[in-house]
Amino acid sequence: MTGAVMTGAVMTEVMLQISGASKRFGGLQALQDVNLTIERGQVYGLIGPNGAGKTTFFNVITGLVTPDSGTFTLAGQPYQPTAVHEVARIGIARTFQNIRLFADMTVLENVMVGRHIRSHSGLWGAILRTPSFKAEEAAIAQRAHELLAYVGIPALADYKARTLSYGDQRRLEIARALATDPQLLALDEPAAGMNATEKVQLRGLIDQIRRDGRTVLLIEHDVQLVMGLCDRVTVLDYGQVIAQGSPAEVQKDAKVIEAYLGYGASATTVNSTGQHA
Amino acid sequence: MKNSLSNAPVISSNASVIPAKAGIQLVTLFLAALALLILPLLLQNFGNAWVRIADMALLYVLLALGLNIVVGYAGLLDLGYVAFFAIGAYLYGLLSSPHLSETFAWLATMFPQGLHTPLWLAVPLAAAVAGVFGVLLGAPTLRLRGDYLAIVTLGFGEIIRVFLNNLDQPVNLTNGPKGLGQIDSLKFFGLDLGKKLNLGGYELASVTLYYYLFLALVLISIVISHRLELSRVGRAWMAIREDEIAAKAMGINTRNLKLLAFGMGATFGGVSGAMFAAFQGFISPESFSLMESVMIVAMVVLGGVGHLPGVVLGAVLLAALPEVLRYVAGPLQAMTGGRLDAAILRQLLIALAMISVMLLRPRGLWPAPEHGKSLQATGAPR
Repeated sequence: MTGAVMTGAVMTEVMLQISGASKRFGGLQALQDVNLTIERGQVYGLIGPNGAGKTTFFNVITGLVTPDSGTFTLAGQPYQPTAVHEVARIGIARTFQNIRLFADMTVLENVMVGRHIRSHSGLWGAILRTPSFKAEEAAIAQRAHELLAYVGIPALADYKARTLSYGDQRRLEIARALATDPQLLALDEPAAGMNATEKVQLRGLIDQIRRDGRTVLLIEHDVQLVMGLCDRVTVLDYGQVIAQGSPAEVQKDAKVIEAYLGYGASATTVNSTGQHA
Repeated sequence: MKNSLSNAPVISSNASVIPAKAGIQLVTLFLAALALLILPLLLQNFGNAWVRIADMALLYVLLALGLNIVVGYAGLLDLGYVAFFAIGAYLYGLLSSPHLSETFAWLATMFPQGLHTPLWLAVPLAAAVAGVFGVLLGAPTLRLRGDYLAIVTLGFGEIIRVFLNNLDQPVNLTNGPKGLGQIDSLKFFGLDLGKKLNLGGYELASVTLYYYLFLALVLISIVISHRLELSRVGRAWMAIREDEIAAKAMGINTRNLKLLAFGMGATFGGVSGAMFAAFQGFISPESFSLMESVMIVAMVVLGGVGHLPGVVLGAVLLAALPEVLRYVAGPLQAMTGGRLDAAILRQLLIALAMISVMLLRPRGLWPAPEHGKSLQATGAPR
């Protein structure tokens, strides 16, 4: 599977390169020597059974969990994922598996918080309401409104985030992440808990984000979504990469089928991965 | 998305509602301002003690506004807030009373008239030192949250009080439990707030003058708080309050912003402390007990955490209630033939009032509105 990199139609710029990422929690090797390369403009899928280490991997690359080893490069710049806010600053924005919105703030304010690292005004500007402060605030609000329209919830701007429906909360989280102008957007199970219609809409949204030139890393349980959307897929199991390649290749991989359906399953049910999540 | 479609017309219809509402608001604002200006003149007629109660209520509003930045905006439960009040008060007290020059001979030779630091130096210094202490307290507690943070800050509050109580030896710095007396009243632009002012035959008592000063300070503090609330910094504080991990993921440097909140809140406390010292003319560690911290937190929580009108209301009610209850408790004591002590009865009634407010209005007396600006006028559905 390591040769899969060569099958890409065009060799483009590398957005995220990770090699040898490992993390151990006590007796559990959550990640072992994970290598992964995401090219600019790709939607990259990360799948695997429950407990495979997908979220740990997310937490490692975004600085929430400090890795034991590994080298990390974003758009050619090496970085150390030790502080979450620094990682956000250099350009990785993420959403969370169990939605983490600022529940008691309005939808608009949630997105405006996302503009924090791309704006500068401080205490004195705010207290004195300087012209530059006002101009910056107006720009922040305008960008936030644009992003709400972009993800499809423009009319909900003044509602408290906690009053939104589940699907809209997911959209809001994506809008908030986009507000940081990320180079890489990392979505942790964005379709979890969504109904069929919402999933179709989400797929359209992620497609749109890709068309607008952003790179997306996606953890997802919904295999259909991953297969239809992703350019490349990495499969994790027990903290190790067991397969890497295009969705079609990965789908046929014997190790992947075993990981999802159990030992020996690959011999009998070759094409059934699509039905399992 | 059904949701968003049905809401769109609601928002557009607001445009016509707002001008009329703004007119009513303007009139209310004008009347409120007038009432606040006349209040001490009316109270004066019933005796200066009543104006004094109003002054103290305003000082508590100032304290509550400061604590609201820490507890309400940044969500850091601070149970030792009175420490900053004490630091401000003692700093002003030391700089503007004979105590230091009496204790240290070299100071007496430098300032034969005694130490009378001008207001323009003493008050900013009190604010700055309190702010620095706020950051110092914040630094070791950055990783703590909720109950644990409350315990540490509570300890800090007590440490400061114990220090003030015991720093009369080996060097008599704070005069210990005896406190500092003969503190200068506030003087600026030739006006001495400690003396009554004769305005064309109409007499304004010293307490009334302080009332107007405190009122001005409260208004300035409200403006500052309000502006901070609607700013990049304020949003970052609230993001930390709502979800610290998500705030970090948005690139917010939670360490710096928490320290800023602690420092900012403490600055408010320091200023009110300096005002308190000048107003009373005497301070002792007794004024800065844990009970004061608890009362300030209660004001913020009872009124409505993070919502400025609520915080002000909570502070005014809790500061005035004990005084009003004085007049209820007295007759009750007489009715029971003196078996019910007035002081105990008052505490009982305050406790009852607080419990009923928390039961009936768990989010505070005047909590933050449920939705943002455009939805408030029409009372949009939840």
